[in-house]
Amino acid sequence: MPVFSLLERERIVAPPGYSRWLIPPAALCIHLCIGQVYAFSVFNLPMTKLIAVSRSGPGDWKLTELGWIFSIAIFFLGASAAVLGRWVEEGGPRKAMFTAALCFGGGFLVSAVGVALHDLWIIYLGYGVLGGIGLGLGYISPVSTLIKWFPDRPGMATGMAIMGFGGGAFIAAPLSVWLTARFSTSTHIGVAETFVVMGVIYMCFMMVGAAIVRIPAPGWAPAGYVPPAQPKRLVTTQHVYVYDALKTPQFWLIWWILCLNVTAGIGVLGQASAMSQEMFRGRITAVAAAGLVGLFSLFNMGGRFFWSSTSDYIGRKNTYFVFFALGTVLYATVPYAGAIGSVGLFVLCYAVIFSMYGGGFATVPAYLRDMFGTRYVGAIHGLLLTAWSMAGIFGPVLVNYIREYNITHGVAKAQAYNFTMYVMAGLLIVGFICNVFVKDVHSRFHMKAMEADAEVEGAPVFGE
Amino acid sequence: MATHPQPRGYGLKLALAWGFVGIPLAWGIVQTLINALKAFQ
Repeated sequence: MPVFSLLERERIVAPPGYSRWLIPPAALCIHLCIGQVYAFSVFNLPMTKLIAVSRSGPGDWKLTELGWIFSIAIFFLGASAAVLGRWVEEGGPRKAMFTAALCFGGGFLVSAVGVALHDLWIIYLGYGVLGGIGLGLGYISPVSTLIKWFPDRPGMATGMAIMGFGGGAFIAAPLSVWLTARFSTSTHIGVAETFVVMGVIYMCFMMVGAAIVRIPAPGWAPAGYVPPAQPKRLVTTQHVYVYDALKTPQFWLIWWILCLNVTAGIGVLGQASAMSQEMFRGRITAVAAAGLVGLFSLFNMGGRFFWSSTSDYIGRKNTYFVFFALGTVLYATVPYAGAIGSVGLFVLCYAVIFSMYGGGFATVPAYLRDMFGTRYVGAIHGLLLTAWSMAGIFGPVLVNYIREYNITHGVAKAQAYNFTMYVMAGLLIVGFICNVFVKDVHSRFHMKAMEADAEVEGAPVFGE
Repeated sequence: MATHPQPRGYGLKLALAWGFVGIPLAWGIVQTLINALKAFQ
């Protein structure tokens, strides 16, 4: 069909003179939208009162039931990125972004039906499954395109996109609250209408990204860029096939590096508000804690750009050494900040910790590119995101259970997080050790020249 | 390889594209900062 042919890889090759600086906005169109997932919790409370309106009544959904919507979406983010990564890489970014827009926007529309019919399973299917697939496709689709357009600054380029994922919640949270208030009356809560409006807005916004995106012409290089004559240590000029990457120790070492960095960060991310109030009882109120969480989120977003850009200068391996070494010191310092009652030191530690949590996400695509080349980096990144799914389970469980165990064994609430912080510091030491073992990928895993040339021709590749 | 001059109008395209994503993001950041500051007052 002619319309669908516009999505094909060969139709989006950039003409001569095309500015590569149009690609980061295309990527941001996608990531700013799908970053909404971090703000989905703003719907939780209104959705517990859809029937009784003024309060949660009989037949209304419970928070525990609603919590599954986010969990299902994150699960399908990881699963779809892992399963569909190769399709994204071979089909090209426009096809993937277009599909992501349909899935993510469509997920909202299906969920609106679920809210209108008061059927939670439709929302699980809509936002959870369909939206989650949109999240996964959208997350990985611009990554390899950016890396190919910015061979001189891959960290900065992917950092910009992944920063957008962190920033999406800043737009979505106030927008959701404003729309819900606008559509609500004294007898009705306007969540369904908000879902419809947001679904349409996000679908259109993501379609703009799909329309703008281009891939560089074969052999293109930025003006003035001279590829290194000699391959640098830990930066390959070869390519590794997606499923061959799974056979390398480097993939699994980086998998653990990401998993451990995220486990430590995500574990305290959800508890930052409660932790600050319990550690500084009477000094940090619930309202101030909410403000702190907003502040930490800004560091989470800014760290994505800062650390990934820094990695272009100091190298990916060294960047992760900084995350793990500095992170260990900071996690171990948090209990000390609580003991001496220093709110300033606590906030400083957490701000840097969250910047490195975001930085870990943003730097990993460039780390993969250095190890496995550009040909399948998007698909390999998709497989690596399973580490995120795993960390999403481990992190909060670790923090919650350790805290619970301490409190039931008589530890005061103010000190209940101390052991958790030391455990997180221990995880980062393990991550540091994993990073030590990352070496260049053995040449037996490299694609042969003929196979890698398939990229230039845009033809389906070997490995079937 | 040879470098090609950018066709006319690319500056406007770039400004539109960056504005399209930059303005909502800046709005979101400002909203977050306002809320964060409110919390400390």
